[in-house]
Amino acid sequence: MSTDTPPLTPAAPPRGAAREGTAPAPAPAPVPAPAPQVPAPAVTASAVPARTPAVSVPVVSVPVLVEQVWEAVIGGDQARAAALATGALEAGLEPEALLLDVIGGLQARIGREWAADRITVIQEHAATAVNERVVALVAGHPAFAAVAARQPDRGRVAVACVDGEWHAFPARLLTEVLVLRGWRVDHLGAQCPTPHLIAHLHRTAPDALALSASLSTRLPAAHAAVTAAQAAGVPVIAGGAAFGPDGRYARLLGADAWAPDARTAAERLARGLPLPSTPHQPVDDLPHLADQEYTLVSRSSRELVGAVMAALERERPAVRSYTPLQRAHTLDDLGHIVEHLAVTLYTGDPELFTAFTDWTREVLRARGVPDALLAFALTVLREQLRDLPRSVAVLTAALSTGDAA
Amino acid sequence: MASSSPAATTDREFLNAAPYPVVVLGPDGALLHSSPSARRLLAASAADGVPPWLLRAHLDLAADGARPGPVRHAHPVAGPVEAHPTPRPDGSTVWWLVTPEGCAGLLPRTAGDGACDWELLTRLSGLLLSSLNVDRILETVARQAALHLADAAVVVAPGGRTLRLVTCLRDGDPAHVQVRADPAEVPGLAEALQGFPPVPSRWIDPDAAPQWLRPAGFGRVGSVLVTPLPGHGVPAGALVLLRAAGGGPFATEEEVFARLFATRAGAAVSAAVMYSEQAAVTDLLMRELLPPRLEHLDGVDYAGGYRASVDRDRIGGDFYDVHPADQPGGETLALLGDVSGKGLEAAVMTGKVRNTLHALLPLADDHGRVLNLLNRALLTSRHTRFVSLVLASVRREDDRVRVRLSAAGHPAPMVLRADGRVTDSTTLGSIVGVLPEATTCTDTVLLDPGEACVLYSDGITEAKGGPTGREQFGEHRLRQALAQCAGLPAEAIVERIQMLTAQWLRDGRHDDMAVMVIAAPPHGHLPVVTGRRGDTA
Repeated sequence: MSTDTPPLTPAAPPRGAAREGTAPAPAPAPVPAPAPQVPAPAVTASAVPARTPAVSVPVVSVPVLVEQVWEAVIGGDQARAAALATGALEAGLEPEALLLDVIGGLQARIGREWAADRITVIQEHAATAVNERVVALVAGHPAFAAVAARQPDRGRVAVACVDGEWHAFPARLLTEVLVLRGWRVDHLGAQCPTPHLIAHLHRTAPDALALSASLSTRLPAAHAAVTAAQAAGVPVIAGGAAFGPDGRYARLLGADAWAPDARTAAERLARGLPLPSTPHQPVDDLPHLADQEYTLVSRSSRELVGAVMAALERERPAVRSYTPLQRAHTLDDLGHIVEHLAVTLYTGDPELFTAFTDWTREVLRARGVPDALLAFALTVLREQLRDLPRSVAVLTAALSTGDAA
Repeated sequence: MASSSPAATTDREFLNAAPYPVVVLGPDGALLHSSPSARRLLAASAADGVPPWLLRAHLDLAADGARPGPVRHAHPVAGPVEAHPTPRPDGSTVWWLVTPEGCAGLLPRTAGDGACDWELLTRLSGLLLSSLNVDRILETVARQAALHLADAAVVVAPGGRTLRLVTCLRDGDPAHVQVRADPAEVPGLAEALQGFPPVPSRWIDPDAAPQWLRPAGFGRVGSVLVTPLPGHGVPAGALVLLRAAGGGPFATEEEVFARLFATRAGAAVSAAVMYSEQAAVTDLLMRELLPPRLEHLDGVDYAGGYRASVDRDRIGGDFYDVHPADQPGGETLALLGDVSGKGLEAAVMTGKVRNTLHALLPLADDHGRVLNLLNRALLTSRHTRFVSLVLASVRREDDRVRVRLSAAGHPAPMVLRADGRVTDSTTLGSIVGVLPEATTCTDTVLLDPGEACVLYSDGITEAKGGPTGREQFGEHRLRQALAQCAGLPAEAIVERIQMLTAQWLRDGRHDDMAVMVIAAPPHGHLPVVTGRRGDTA
């Protein structure tokens, strides 16, 4: 096991880190950019003879632009990234395409590069910060205001990340897209405590709440937010990798709508969400919570982590000789495993845990770390939780897919 | 009954007006007919059909036709019930269910033809209670009233100089309308809007109803009922129910139901009015106490992050500010501090400290003097609180940034070098607000492009959590975390620290946590742009 890589799992999945088949919103578009639709100047249109609008539209190749901005962002060259972005706007690229296909595409790529161990988590932070600065800059560009001014007033919408969610970027992109499409947006950003969110909804009564979550461990918090918002009379559209590639967890948690990416979310919102039906309790959606397994596992997560760590140190000599930093990493990683187990018990979908362990295996393989320790940790965990039938089933399923892989 | 003619039995209108609940059971106990009040009475004890006690009594009836006696039953809702059977020639039996209070005792359970009942009222109450937003509740009131009580409903909102109406046609969507009109044109409306004196709901002449009271798209008005929404000391507005011409007037039961609905609507509206007034006051006060958004200023990057000890609050005892220089080339004063205590009281105190420091800006060249004046102000105030803080005077000098740091009872800021080294600044000073004199020793730090100075409160280093849940995050973990952040933009460093401490804490309790980064921008730098549209965070 190399000294500078986490022994078991990454410290935290990065922004936009995509599990297999899980496209973080918004999905990158690998196709060449559609010809941007620049409105012909209405006043002179009849006076200028035979000039097709297509001639005046400069061709901005999105894939080329993505590649150029990527070089700038990953090299930390903020000024160049900004110049490329504003240049593309001025060359006629639609602001929305810039946001979603270029910047959103970059963000998804940052996640992929990190998972493949081609960039560090710190580079990932830095690149995201550059991306955020670029978004802030281009959102202030006159081209944005011009597009937004052409839209009818569509109403008011709140955009928030689930409590405890740090991946604020997808929500930020959605906010800008909705502004472009004529919405009044209250951007509540990351780490928005649910009580604060609900107070905001009561005060402003938006037409909808767009709720973003990237980490599946935040699903219980997302559930609390969804039911509370609906109880306050505000329908919820959910988005982000946490809700599953097909939005299954959005449906499970009773969200009024789900969207795989920012464009779909904007289109869904434009059609209008129906007011939520009669208020319901979170537990109504998930009757299996009655067995208390989620509560038991999440409450005793620290003890579980301690027990697995002790077993690792007992049985695996390599682990005994870890440096304090490696040991701290391992404890973190075990914490993530238990967290994902807990959220799997919450949703009642064993596939959630299997997807997590599969993804972890891939990340480990990319870093040349043997995944035997993962299987060992899962086995110890299963022994610890032998009295909890659902937990045992989940861990058994994860272990068997590991054997097959 | 022997005297019942066939015509009367087929037309069972008379059952509706029966003074007592009536059911007709077939020879096998099947329910043939029932009056609406009987249906409500029986529904309370059996999901549908005939309750067991009545069925038993029915099947026990003597087959010889001898006149049977009444059967008594204790009903869970209506109380004691006497069931008087009257056999009919065709073998069926009419059961007269005598309740002490007659139908009147069952009245609140209903209005009209059974479409309105307790169940409906409960559901409507649930809808009304779900929101604390005045407009949302007025919409709900209008929509539900139009759906269940009338052909159209108009809710007149409380307060405001112009009349604000929410109108809704049956099965339509509520619409907000503003009119300049005198509520006194509608009898009882002005009183209802003032919330005083109390007035009963009343009928008004449909022809006398002013035009503005008729929702757009509503045809000829048949009848109009104005019901005040009782707000318990807070005006809650009024509900106007309209029926189309030819729809018939409101039955007494319907009026009763409308009044019950109005009571609940009024309670919901007044609660929302009070909540929104409180929220507006809180917001206004909070705005002054929230940490400011930091940005690029005079060639230096600033970023700040704040997490209050109570996640519900957004304010607490930590604070930071950046005051731009009053002239070009002057020093920017950045500061970060921590008032003893936490929660709202501490937050109010931070407001005073921040104001005092703001007033002392002209003296900011001399950190010792500023701290001493603040010290004196705190000693002479009636509060016993004290404050620890760091003052940082920042000036860009060509590519580099010079930072003069003075700590007062506060952790010395850390300095992050371009190569990832993390050093402590050497500033040290006494806490402010305790001793007669505040002393400090100032340290000057020079930042090259890509280097940063990190000010933090002890909430960061004392955050308890980790694998055991009892360990402090500690300075060494902060140092380790910063060492990895070399060259990062200021806001990314702040975010990284906040993220690591949040992961460390998990759901553990913590003190207020504040962090501010002052960074010399690296080459190829793009200033942070703020003031975006719609940003309310």
